[in-house]
Amino acid sequence: MKVPHANVCYGLLGEFDTPKELMAAARKVREAGYRHIDAYAPFPMEGLSQALGLGRKHDLVPLIALIGGLGGGLSGFFFQLWVNASSYPMNIGGRPLNSWPAFIPVTFELTVLGASLFAVFGMLAMNKLPQPHHPLFNVERFKHASSDKFFLCIEADDPKFHPEETARFLASVNAQQVTEVRDED
Amino acid sequence: MSTEDPTSVNSPEIRRLARVIEPGHSYTSVTDKISSIVLTRPVSIGWLAGFAIAFSLLMLLTVSIAWLIIKGVGIWGINIPVGWGFAIVNFVWWIGIGHAGTLISAILFLLNQKWRTSINRFAEAMTLFAVACAGIFPLIHTGRPWMAYYMFPYPSTMGIWPQFRSPLIWDVFAVSTYGTVSALFWFVGLIPDLATLRDRATSKAAQIIYGMLAMGWRGSARHWHRYQSAYLLLAGLATPLVLSVHTVVSFDFAIAVVPGWHTTIFPPYFVAGAIYSGFAMVLTIAIPLRKAYDLEDFITMRHLENMAKVMLATGLIVAYGYFFEFFMSLYSGNKFDVFLVNQRLHGPYAPYYYALILCNILTPQLLWIQKVRTNVAALFVMSLVINLGMWLERFVIVVISLTRDFVPSAWGRYQPTFWDYGTFVGTIGLFVTLIFLFVRGLPAISIAEMRELVAHTSEDHHQ
Repeated sequence: MKVPHANVCYGLLGEFDTPKELMAAARKVREAGYRHIDAYAPFPMEGLSQALGLGRKHDLVPLIALIGGLGGGLSGFFFQLWVNASSYPMNIGGRPLNSWPAFIPVTFELTVLGASLFAVFGMLAMNKLPQPHHPLFNVERFKHASSDKFFLCIEADDPKFHPEETARFLASVNAQQVTEVRDED
Repeated sequence: MSTEDPTSVNSPEIRRLARVIEPGHSYTSVTDKISSIVLTRPVSIGWLAGFAIAFSLLMLLTVSIAWLIIKGVGIWGINIPVGWGFAIVNFVWWIGIGHAGTLISAILFLLNQKWRTSINRFAEAMTLFAVACAGIFPLIHTGRPWMAYYMFPYPSTMGIWPQFRSPLIWDVFAVSTYGTVSALFWFVGLIPDLATLRDRATSKAAQIIYGMLAMGWRGSARHWHRYQSAYLLLAGLATPLVLSVHTVVSFDFAIAVVPGWHTTIFPPYFVAGAIYSGFAMVLTIAIPLRKAYDLEDFITMRHLENMAKVMLATGLIVAYGYFFEFFMSLYSGNKFDVFLVNQRLHGPYAPYYYALILCNILTPQLLWIQKVRTNVAALFVMSLVINLGMWLERFVIVVISLTRDFVPSAWGRYQPTFWDYGTFVGTIGLFVTLIFLFVRGLPAISIAEMRELVAHTSEDHHQ
């Protein structure tokens, strides 16, 4: 377990020049038995999360969006029905109070609204964002993770983690530079 | 991905026109080029001058609205029979312009069109700003804008609720949902770029502001995975949404029994018109933008030409709509509909109708010629002409029908006043002001997606 006090080692960070090198390194790190690992790239890379061993079940965002959409649509429809047929009935030219086709446009809009809000806020919540502080931001070179470099981090809480051996291992999978990440605030 | 004829790909001209990014760019160069517009480039005289003009028009808007609130809607030219006037014309015009942004960001994303990448960001910004301009009109047209919350269903002590069978209430939901989803889509796309700006900013203030907006984004593979599925879902949700919004706007007319409005062709033809005017507006913004900030490498001739083709296609759908409106009125034999057609061709507002045909149907036919499609100046002029034409279309629909309905005693004329024009020009000022601020405050092109494009094009190159 990670203890949030001063100057703990968070992990070891290897830097790579190209997406191909990162992808190859991610596969090797995973094969070597490391599990508490993450990769950092300036754009989404196809297959990277699979190389790191994150399966489909890892991604709950579509399910969250489905719940939001169903919730928005159903509550929107029945709310309109309740308003226009029960709470405040208005007789417009003798038409039936449960004129459900007229409720469809608003139902549709609220379905989309619910699904979109849930998808975005669900994605942020699953990613634990906003997160103003992260040990990686202490590494000067990590600034390049948002522009032109690729990083792989083996975290210190991995059972196989060993400060020297893991560093040697990262260098052996072609990391340009290996930095220790410290949490020091 | 490329669609060109394989026998002619070796021609340098064909290759030049097919490129979505000019060769020789790396992750570093695209990042530097786009982020420098925001972070390091000094404010130019051109930017200041443009901003000053736009901002003074925005002041005209605030004065017009303030005077409206003091005096009431009587300062406008609206009266019976034309109770809607400029407010609805401008509302429909602005909402329509927004549609191209969502089309580019959502529909072209789902269709895997690589050429959307460098134009989606500012097209989405355009959508948001156009929706903001559109939203002003129905609000101030209510006469008592401080009572606008009556349109939303809230448990009031009066015990009343909105009428959900009314297209005007559908409009409230459609436009507010559209605004919200567009803002979400735009912001989600911005998160990785805000992180880039945070990491590259040198001033403390910029680091703090972009840092807060980026929310601690660090490009983790896990994060990207969920990010991509959220983005794909938003694209999938925004696609039917954008089609629904202008459909609902067209219901404001089509559900009524007024001659010229009560037609089933309205929803598809409104949507096509919306995309048509929106692409014209994207060109109006893209052409000066790429020139002023040397973005010709990223917004290439391919982009401009593709947008011109979309305009030509949607323009033809709009022309089909006009033709069938005309044909169905005559074919129905309904004397009010026949009379309306006659009034469009020979009535007091006939010049507007002919100008509309000239702007929207005849001028865009020049786009069949490739020389015109690849001529930047011609495209810019044409985009302005089409925007004018689309505004005239809404004017013709609203004013001719309302001034010439069933009984001659209900006929009338509509004369906009200074304040009508002031409010309209003022919203253009608001729009342009926001565009100017956006270009300097946020990356106008998605940096993360451009890096992805560089990765893909360099892979293609090595194979």
